[in-house]
Amino acid sequence: MALNEAIHQMMAEDPSVFLIGQGVKSPWYVGNTATGLLDRFGEARVIDTPVSENAVTGAAVGAAIAGMKPIVEHPRMDFMMYALDPILNEAANWLYMSGGAVNVPLVIWGIINRGGEQAAQHSQALHALFAHIPGLKVVMPSTAYDAKGLMIAAIKDKNPVLYIDDRWLYRVKGNVPKKIYSVPIGKGAVRKKGKDITVVGISYGAHQATLAYDELLKKGISAEIIDPRTVKPLDIPLILESVKKTKRLAVIDTGWKTGGIAGEIIASITEKGFQYLKQAPLRITLPDIPAPMARTLEEEYYRPLSVQSIVATIETMVRKNKK
Amino acid sequence: MKHIYSKKTIQRLYETMLRIRHVEESFVEPILSGTIRCPVHLYVGEEGVAAGTLAHTNKDDIIFGTHRSHGHYLAKGGDMRAMVAEIYGKETGCAKGRGGSMHVVDAKKGMLGAAPIVAGTVSLAVGAALSFKIKKQKNVAIAFFGDGAVGEGVLHEALNFAALNKLPVLFVCENNYYSTHMPLRDTRPYDNIFELGAPHKIAYARASGNDVLKVYDVAGDMIQKCRVGQGPAFIEFLTYRYRGHVGPNDNIQGTQTDIRPKAEVAKWKRNDPIRNLESYIARNKILSRGEQDKILKRVGKEIQNAHAFSQKSRFPDPKTLSDYVFKK
Repeated sequence: MALNEAIHQMMAEDPSVFLIGQGVKSPWYVGNTATGLLDRFGEARVIDTPVSENAVTGAAVGAAIAGMKPIVEHPRMDFMMYALDPILNEAANWLYMSGGAVNVPLVIWGIINRGGEQAAQHSQALHALFAHIPGLKVVMPSTAYDAKGLMIAAIKDKNPVLYIDDRWLYRVKGNVPKKIYSVPIGKGAVRKKGKDITVVGISYGAHQATLAYDELLKKGISAEIIDPRTVKPLDIPLILESVKKTKRLAVIDTGWKTGGIAGEIIASITEKGFQYLKQAPLRITLPDIPAPMARTLEEEYYRPLSVQSIVATIETMVRKNKK
Repeated sequence: MKHIYSKKTIQRLYETMLRIRHVEESFVEPILSGTIRCPVHLYVGEEGVAAGTLAHTNKDDIIFGTHRSHGHYLAKGGDMRAMVAEIYGKETGCAKGRGGSMHVVDAKKGMLGAAPIVAGTVSLAVGAALSFKIKKQKNVAIAFFGDGAVGEGVLHEALNFAALNKLPVLFVCENNYYSTHMPLRDTRPYDNIFELGAPHKIAYARASGNDVLKVYDVAGDMIQKCRVGQGPAFIEFLTYRYRGHVGPNDNIQGTQTDIRPKAEVAKWKRNDPIRNLESYIARNKILSRGEQDKILKRVGKEIQNAHAFSQKSRFPDPKTLSDYVFKK
């Protein structure tokens, strides 16, 4: 509902904002996020589309180049892979290869929609792919407040912004101001203060880390929980400040381990702050395995992201070092 | 509908084609000498398509091009000096030396960019048309692409989406019968690209791209349809490039890769778009020899100035490498 409010307010404020994508007319795909938009703004600005991810995303890029501020929505980001060309060849490069002449003010909204035995093509968290590309920004909210504030910031940004959110967070409630506000892109937030270890969590990972905080305290570990909120550009200074104090770093990402954001954060902190680290940093991610189907396999696959597992992993890490 | 051509129209079509032809030919020497290094895809032989089509557009209409888009850029009113400087890689170029020949752009003239990803800009034009529809503007967007692009799925998605939403977008296929080295007969079972309009029930046509007046007529009708809300439309122009796929003669590290039959090239050269218009001009006594010479001289001078300007211009400062990644 925070997202819904953000889109309502921005479409009302700026006639160049429009929503395009699969299922924007139907709660089947995007739940309540598009509620009321069609009635209020009409079919010209709330455009449901055939399954043509490449052309539809390209059309959104073209409309942005022509001066509009489109939000192109992909209810499952697995399907968005058909749109890699307009995103990373066209949108990401257009400003640079035009020597600054033509910018692309676009929001590409990809939803990670997984669990429930949906298997490998209805589950993937592919944000690291996009974070690799110069010219793209990638934001990943974990709270209702940030869901609205980052969407508004993404719409107002003059560049292509990937807004990637996790369906597992759609039921999370939080305080959301009525007014229009932005959460600055590239600025992280300290969710919990601590002194023994810095735990960086991406999106759902930040949510889980915050839940793990109390359990860790009970075990005598004071974790500082950081939510970068943006994965490109990363708020490395914020994480580095924290690591200076805690001397330890673990990163929870909801994507895979190899070539992922957790590795990127650890590399950046190691480059800049190796001397502060008391022990090797740790990645808590999904294993390098496609998402399985059967519930037994699925439970095993997502186990690293469970609060229980996060607590145990961090406890083992810290204890090993304390001995 | 048969158009009556004013002297002004004929003169404009003629001059546009000459500007394209001669500026393209002027790149050959600097390419061979290594002064120009970026990949340059010459449009020589295909000038009729850009000149005839874009004579119907205004600066608020939006076009997108391909790797072979110098002609589109110039015919849309793009600044020649900035284009030539761009191809030399200079800071004074239309993309400040960040794009090169394949990324010519002149935003003020509605040439919003070009890209070599085959069919990659087709959907961008659809998006520009979508913006016109949302803003209720009577403008037209044009996607230029080659016969190779017809093999790309996104073209078919774009046609469907544009037809579904009745968007004011003109799809212009420049069929030059070769997708780099592959002849059309090796990439498609039939030589019938224009019929792609049929299943979408949109206006479609095929015409010679080497008869600029035909191009002018057909494109004029189709653009008008788009303007009055009867878009989209699809045109296939049959044409031919005289030079290689890239560079003057497809000389790839000493190996000649242009395998087109000499007789075929010669046949097309006998159907040259500029010569065709010159015959029409002579037959109908539209321009005197003197008037034609004056145009030719003007064009020559413009090109000479563009090269001089470009050669004098500076390369981008290495310190500015990271400029334009993001807009602030």
